Amino acid sequence: MKAFLILEDGHVFKGTSIGSTREVISEIVFNTSMTGYLEVMTDPSYAGQAVCMTYPLIGNYGICYEDQESRKPWIDGFIVRELSRIPSNFRSVDTIQHFLEKHDIPGIAGIDTRALTKILREKGTMNGMITVNENYNLDEIIPRLKAYTTGKVVEKVTCREKDVLKGNGPKVALMDFGAKRNIARSLNERGCQVTIYPALTPAEEILADNPDGIMLSNGPGDPKECTTIIEEIRKLYESDVPIFAICLGHQLMALATGGDTHKMKYGHRGGNHPVKDLATGRVYISSQNHGYVVDSDILEQKGIAKPAFVNVNDGTNEGMAYIGKNIFTVQFHPEACPGPQDSSYLFDRFMEMMGGTDHAEK
Amino acid sequence: MPRNKDIHKVLVIGSGPIIIGQAAEFDYAGTQACRSLKEEGMEVVLLNSNPATIMTDKDIADKVYIEPLTVEVVEQLILKEKPDSVLPTLGGQAGLNLAMELEEKGFLKEHNVRLIGTTAETIKKAEDRQEFKDTMEKIGEPVAASKVVTTVEDGVAFTRTIGYPVVLRPAYTLGGSGGGIANNEYELREILENGLRLSRVGEVLVERCIAGWKEIEYEVMRDSAGNCITVCNMENIDPVGVHTGDSIVVAPSQTLGDKEYQMLRTSALNIITELGITGGCNVQYALHPESFEYCVIEVNPRVSRSSALASKATGYPIAKVAAKIALGYTLDEIPNAITGKTYASFEPMLDYCVVKIPRLPFDKFITAKRTLTTQMKATGEVMSICHNFEGALMKAIRSLEQHVDSLMSYDFTGLDEDELIDELAVVDDRRIWKIAEAIRRDISKEYIHRITKIDRWFIDKIAILVEMEQALRTQPLTEELLLEAKRMEFPDYVIADLCGRTEADIKALRQGYKITAAYKMVDTCAAEFAAATPYYYSVYGGPDTENEAVATHDKKKVLVLGSGPIRIGQGIEFDFCSVHCTWAFKKEGYETIIVNNNPETVSTDFDIADKLYFEPLTPEDVENIVNIEKPDGAVVQFGGQTAIKLTEALMKMGVKILGTSAEDVDAAEDRELFDEILEKCQIPRPKGHTVFTAEEAKKAANELGYPVLVRPSYVLGGQGMRIAVSDEDVEEYIGIINQIAQEHPILVDKYLMGKEIEVDAVCDGEDILIPGIMEHIERAGIHSGDSISVYPAQTISQNAKNTIAEYTRRLAQALHVIGMINIQFIVCGEEVYVIEVNPRSSRTVPYISKVTGIPIVPLATKVILGYKLKDMGYEPGLQPEAKHIAIKMPVFSFEKIRGADISLGPEMKSTGECLGIAENFNEALYKAFIGAGIKLPKYKNMIITVKDEDHEEVVPIARRFEALGYRIYATRGTAKVLKENGIKAIRTNKLEQPAPNLMDLILGHKIDVVIDTPPQGVEHQKDGFVIRRNAIETGVNVLTSLDTAEALVTSLENTDLHNLTLIDIATIASR
Repeated sequence: MKAFLILEDGHVFKGTSIGSTREVISEIVFNTSMTGYLEVMTDPSYAGQAVCMTYPLIGNYGICYEDQESRKPWIDGFIVRELSRIPSNFRSVDTIQHFLEKHDIPGIAGIDTRALTKILREKGTMNGMITVNENYNLDEIIPRLKAYTTGKVVEKVTCREKDVLKGNGPKVALMDFGAKRNIARSLNERGCQVTIYPALTPAEEILADNPDGIMLSNGPGDPKECTTIIEEIRKLYESDVPIFAICLGHQLMALATGGDTHKMKYGHRGGNHPVKDLATGRVYISSQNHGYVVDSDILEQKGIAKPAFVNVNDGTNEGMAYIGKNIFTVQFHPEACPGPQDSSYLFDRFMEMMGGTDHAEK
Repeated sequence: MPRNKDIHKVLVIGSGPIIIGQAAEFDYAGTQACRSLKEEGMEVVLLNSNPATIMTDKDIADKVYIEPLTVEVVEQLILKEKPDSVLPTLGGQAGLNLAMELEEKGFLKEHNVRLIGTTAETIKKAEDRQEFKDTMEKIGEPVAASKVVTTVEDGVAFTRTIGYPVVLRPAYTLGGSGGGIANNEYELREILENGLRLSRVGEVLVERCIAGWKEIEYEVMRDSAGNCITVCNMENIDPVGVHTGDSIVVAPSQTLGDKEYQMLRTSALNIITELGITGGCNVQYALHPESFEYCVIEVNPRVSRSSALASKATGYPIAKVAAKIALGYTLDEIPNAITGKTYASFEPMLDYCVVKIPRLPFDKFITAKRTLTTQMKATGEVMSICHNFEGALMKAIRSLEQHVDSLMSYDFTGLDEDELIDELAVVDDRRIWKIAEAIRRDISKEYIHRITKIDRWFIDKIAILVEMEQALRTQPLTEELLLEAKRMEFPDYVIADLCGRTEADIKALRQGYKITAAYKMVDTCAAEFAAATPYYYSVYGGPDTENEAVATHDKKKVLVLGSGPIRIGQGIEFDFCSVHCTWAFKKEGYETIIVNNNPETVSTDFDIADKLYFEPLTPEDVENIVNIEKPDGAVVQFGGQTAIKLTEALMKMGVKILGTSAEDVDAAEDRELFDEILEKCQIPRPKGHTVFTAEEAKKAANELGYPVLVRPSYVLGGQGMRIAVSDEDVEEYIGIINQIAQEHPILVDKYLMGKEIEVDAVCDGEDILIPGIMEHIERAGIHSGDSISVYPAQTISQNAKNTIAEYTRRLAQALHVIGMINIQFIVCGEEVYVIEVNPRSSRTVPYISKVTGIPIVPLATKVILGYKLKDMGYEPGLQPEAKHIAIKMPVFSFEKIRGADISLGPEMKSTGECLGIAENFNEALYKAFIGAGIKLPKYKNMIITVKDEDHEEVVPIARRFEALGYRIYATRGTAKVLKENGIKAIRTNKLEQPAPNLMDLILGHKIDVVIDTPPQGVEHQKDGFVIRRNAIETGVNVLTSLDTAEALVTSLENTDLHNLTLIDIATIASR
């Protein structure tokens, strides 16, 4: 079946329908990772977005459920050059075609994904529609695309109830704004007992559980829409509990302490972004997925935090260290999945902030 | 970290002659590195024995030494030039081994020279089998159960503990020389014995066999601050068991999930960190197809063939960045030249698929075993880029120039199902064609996978191509089907054949449907950032597909056609010519466009031409580029036969051929036209006839009198050329020739005994310029590419030289040559005969340019643009002779190709060449032999076994060897003659006679050289063949021509290894 991708600037790409034939309007973004499509689809930070994979051959190694980064895929739509006819991998238990259908995710294949990427790069991220209706009317659709906003997506993706991953080490409170599973897993592997809290859990409740450390997770959407959460994070900041934050968590901490964020032209989404640890001068290749960025200058001028990481390509902020506080936050994803594991040492750093692995015996 | 200020003068060691396992990729890497060093203001001293390289140009390095790559030479060079640093990691294994020897001897320390790029300790950790294993164990990286052994018995005992099969890998060899898989004790003993001998340190690794696992490679970079990145990973379609150089390789990996991808990536970074490498490094893995278990196979702590491939596949210039790292820069300080916006500290992301296919030499070595093992056999490779795998594979297939254009090109229809299944299990260069045939026969894909161990994903892709063949055969050719066939890169004429139409029909149909190729850019970042470098590949993606290649017309524009994969007969020389031609056009204000498909070469570096199209060199592919670029002209005379073959097609497209016209090229190739020209010019040639059948050939041969030369017209490197001594020979040869090329007539010529002479000249339409006359040491009958070539000619008279110059002038004028011409002559006394004329650039052009100091290619390019030789300051005619002697020595890779007959003849067999240059003939000759790896004497034992006709001639040669202290073993006939002439020859038994016989001598490892002249004709000289093969495989030098033998003894009589005079080629100026 034919499918169409219509962009708010009037561009129309003609391709083949994959997955659901449902019509969808969403923000269109691109991801440059060459592997990890399942992790991308199931990363809650993509809620409210349709993702275009720049790598043209997708689905080659099928679907392996244990690689999901959350309980289900969150993307609104999936845009690829070509889906593999067969999956081939010893762990594969499903095909990507079936996976999309099962989760009712519409998609389009066979389009010039490189051309689409260039449009998004030049004009910035924009909204679009995936439809199988051949008789689409641009005059009617484009105003709708322009008017579309993703809304409060954090509340949609966060867990409903508290959950605990048992461990003998430090107790970590993980604030789930749309957390990727590998954050909890990375902490749990280091011995932590991880308690996962719904995004809107009041700070008092978390602090009452006496965590040794707090982990603010990644998540989707515009950080400034998370007004309630920001207020709670301010309270967590005031406590003396060590805090490590990733991605949205990093942005929220900045907003909670008087900083600012702004939307980037087309964001960073992929597994090849170089970030420099300003403390050591070392460069790490990181996994990234963000459309907003922290303005580090404001916090620096106010003496609240100083930049800890910077993006080597475009100089944007990639992490903050909070002055006089046991808090550091990063924009990229040390938990990887998909992408390079080079910055997983940051979890070790967090462990040290909490007193190390031998905490329980103390 | 900024540049290390203590580095000012750097010695770069190149990789020497092109051999299997060490090819053009090191010219590419070395050239890029030298340019990168010079950019930083370094004084660069270059050492490389290979004159055909671009890196040995005086505009690439400040001081250029084309000298043998030996420890003695490097020591002398260091004393002479006093560099403060040596960069050894860009010259392949040869350069690395040299540096290690110098370091181990303490020479570098003693003379305050540091190794930059990577420390000796690192090299040792990566290269020494035991240290490597210990290091991997220390950081918990798995390696296959293995043991380093120094004796055969040790190996046998160890294998009993781990079980057969085992893989054998000799230490410090390249391209897996001497390695292999042993399935039983007999094979183990055979391979191990050989491997122990070939290893520089007499060590072989015996390892658990992991054949059948996925073979995955990572290219990794690290700087001195410890920052690491991976440039690219690659997946071999052929599972472990086939050398990666002989495997079909795809980038990035296709069948690895993110978990496997990142697991191996992290492992590669851990390894490069633990080894402390600063620069580039290649890590090879075996990954179990049904689990996360993996083994590290090998680490190359240097740039390699794989890194050249990774550079071209991603656009990331590994060698350039490695050179900057060697100077102290960190990755985040080095800009990414492609985007201009980002830095070297990022990982390239591909939005396309790359396929590499090796170019194997079985068309040259018809007796050789085609099976592929852990010992590399390919001479070169092709790469292709497309946005789908099927298309990339199809493009790569037709880039091979091996008479293949689809998965139907090898015919296995004659096999029954059982035979086909047996064939599937044979791992050779035709395996994907066998798989395609199996799919056509409905053999299940699962079964094919079980036999071949090739991943199901790749087998399914082959199935998709086979299904398309079937659809084109049976279904109406709708717009949709045609677009889909083009998306998979089926050439128009293949589609036409399948649907029973003409190529023109298909082309017209495509135009009607607007199905045209669009070009996409290789930009390192999957379009995330705007890129500045126009490096393109084609795709068929339907009418909406964006074409990124925009034709510009502010300057005059020239299309330079490259020479495709490196193969015997068409080597790196033509890349040298293409690159210099491109540079010359640039200097004249032209916009330059290169089309080529060889990832190993300098010409496919993204900053050589203004635009690079990485595409197959077929008429259809070139036409697609022409349609967009509309060049003002094309140059074909520098790209070897590959480019010449495109002439006619280019003219049909309306592209002007710059330089010598196509008609005149034809005239030189067409026997009758050429005879007319010779007659008109009053130039004699050996008598000959053009024939089409065996009967005609025999008639012609008898009329001329045997021996005769038989060959097809339009040949490359003497392919299919033979000397025939009888009617039976003629019959057999014609049969072989007709298998290879049927469309062209066959030439039968009288075979003349005489001196073979070669000349390259530039002609501007009026005047000619001959830089020099080259003389071959071997008499006519041995292919010019396999002959030792001496400049200036030593044994012919001035009168003959004048005649040669005059004939060259007449021929160039008669053929209206504008640009290059290459002519081969035979001189018998004062008589000069023309045997071959090629109105194009030749193999000898780089060599003669360098040793005469005359920039032939730039001159020829300017002539093509209308300049006159006289206006450029050159006195026309034969140039005065240089005061030094320069000898080009062919280098062979026979030990790599099991079963190949090594005897020399009219068909070319050498893979590369080296130079010996000195002020006198003997020293030049000695240097040339050493450069080619013939370093004698060792044991002073030799074997002589020559055919009856050579008995008389061999006597003085044997006497001279005897005078040098050689003990001579000879077979009956030869021994008798030698004894009669007072030479102490020890008679030894022939093969079929009881031991000790010849073979025992050879296998005793105490023989320096075998002189064995095989009788002419096809009557199977089984003995000689077996002797020669065994000698080569045990590392004994074998000479099959008395002329070569005489040259060798001359060089041995007159030299002293420690007193060579080193000559800086950069100081040779044209007079």
